[in-house]
Amino acid sequence: MTPQPFILRNPSILVVLAVLAVFTVAVTLLSQAYGSGVIPTSTVKVLGKTLCLALAAIAMDLVWGYLGILSLGQMAFFALGGYLIGQWLMYARTETIVAASLAQNPIPPTPAELQEGVANQIFGVVGSADLPLVWSSAHSLPLQLLLVVAVPGLLALVFGWLAFRSRVNGVYLSILTQAMTLALALWLFQNDSGFRGNNGLSGLQNIPGLEAVDQARLSVWFLWGSALALALAYVLAAWLVSGKFGSVVGAIRDDETRVRFLGYPVEGFKLVVFTLAAMITAIAGALYYPQAGIINPAELMPIASIYLAVWVAIGGRGRLYGAIIGAVVVSLLSSWFTGGRAPAVHLPGYTINWVDWWQVALGIGFVLVTLFAPKGIAGVVDRIGPPRSPSPEHHAKEAKA
Amino acid sequence: MSALLEVDGISVSFDGFRAINNLSFSIGPAELRAVIGPNGAGKTTFMDIVTGKTRPDKGDVTWGTPPKSLLRLNEAQIAREGIGRKFQRPTVFEDQTVAENLTMALKASRNPFAVLGWRPSRASAARVAELASEVGLAAQVARKAGELSHGQKQWLEIGMLLASAPRLLLVDEPAAGMTLAEREQTTALLVRLAETRAVVVVEHDMDFVRRLNCKVTVLHQGAVLAEGSLDHVTRNPDVIDVYLGR
Repeated sequence: MTPQPFILRNPSILVVLAVLAVFTVAVTLLSQAYGSGVIPTSTVKVLGKTLCLALAAIAMDLVWGYLGILSLGQMAFFALGGYLIGQWLMYARTETIVAASLAQNPIPPTPAELQEGVANQIFGVVGSADLPLVWSSAHSLPLQLLLVVAVPGLLALVFGWLAFRSRVNGVYLSILTQAMTLALALWLFQNDSGFRGNNGLSGLQNIPGLEAVDQARLSVWFLWGSALALALAYVLAAWLVSGKFGSVVGAIRDDETRVRFLGYPVEGFKLVVFTLAAMITAIAGALYYPQAGIINPAELMPIASIYLAVWVAIGGRGRLYGAIIGAVVVSLLSSWFTGGRAPAVHLPGYTINWVDWWQVALGIGFVLVTLFAPKGIAGVVDRIGPPRSPSPEHHAKEAKA
Repeated sequence: MSALLEVDGISVSFDGFRAINNLSFSIGPAELRAVIGPNGAGKTTFMDIVTGKTRPDKGDVTWGTPPKSLLRLNEAQIAREGIGRKFQRPTVFEDQTVAENLTMALKASRNPFAVLGWRPSRASAARVAELASEVGLAAQVARKAGELSHGQKQWLEIGMLLASAPRLLLVDEPAAGMTLAEREQTTALLVRLAETRAVVVVEHDMDFVRRLNCKVTVLHQGAVLAEGSLDHVTRNPDVIDVYLGR
């Protein structure tokens, strides 16, 4: 038996990559910057952000669907990625503005004066004029990019090591992850956390050095970047869950005690997947917030991570494309229903206003999916279409026939 | 001949209940041993202690030559030392195929990164096929383990134990839920395995133990009550009193 390349063993990868490529080209050709302009720039941004959410959903599916840990703190990593890239975006842009205004002085400003000016601009809003220690590398894009993966990765590693080593499992672990993101949010809400408290970071849509590029073009560039990241992460995740590593991870989800008696260090496997997922989520956040333009600590509240879990559940956990379907469908529906454009339903005596009722509808949908389609939308796809990845039973049936 | 596993004066209590009380036990490198005893005698707790699931309050468990304490190792490390365990209820990974189950159990590095880089080779595929036919599942390799019958799952689990080639095999009630023919097959397999490694069988069923035809250790209230051939222990008045007499 010569092993096939794993992409050929997983035709779903090619389907997902093809759909993503067609989507990206289509949006580009319909965008204001590079095409007919049917799709306004704001919609391009929504679509680009949706791809980032799908990326976070893939990481969530690795942790929940494959490894079996219902993490309710994934969006902490997402927001951390956003904050860390936001530090550079805000610092570098403010530096340009301050430098321009100080250039009118007869004596050129010293680096210390320049830094003081920047600190005043950024932190005046929280009544401070000093640059906090956590901003020491904010001037450098390469350093902040490194931190985007390093900080959430380290947080996941330390948190995971403590939790997995003590064999915290199931609902207790979910509560712990939720406490982690809540604690981080409450800390960031404080003005002296060094991240501008509840103001958060803003103006992130302006990319320093690219002032000459308008938002119409930038939005398409970010869409490309998000699509590329999603494609790479999909292939990486699919590779990870195929083969023996995937078998062990699935086995840990089903019976971790038994896996231990086979000699596998269960904690090590959990740490690898949890940390990698945190890093992927952080990259998703670092791509998301420059498109959103603003980030504040409310983004880390547990509800955001719960939504992520709901998307993956509705899409179909334990299937990578299910996570993408769930994130895309539910987040786009959410923004449509809560955007005020969904037509209200007039019943005799009551009017269903979707801005208020969408949450109820989503909740009912979640319950229905859990009860009647535990494999989510992807499970329905599997049933009606030809199986995208021939399952072992399929082989067995063919062999018998 | 020095012992492969030496359990020396272990005790363990759960909420004041003494599950194991100053128990000593020893087994050689190629030996078949049956452990019998009434419910609550501490049979399963004994296995839990050897495999690292439970830590004793007192005593020591040493392994191999030179003797090395197992008490500081966790379950996975003990399994990597070469102690395999077969559970009472067949526990296979139902969501995975027979081949995947066997592949996971094959002797190979258990390090996550080594597992990530592991790719099936001609040799590993051949070994999986060989194991599958050895336990009579050659036609089922591509099926999910969850679709197998109870007996087939038992065999798959035995195949997984064979794949990891343990030096000591702990088997918990292998005869439970098996037909007469399956029992005979199992007996033959255990006897054959014990030619090259140590095998400890925990069993309720006296007929099954008689068929194994090996040294028997009788546990009672967490301690060894008698040890010797089955005929020898069944003549022991204490044994008759606490176990066989009922």
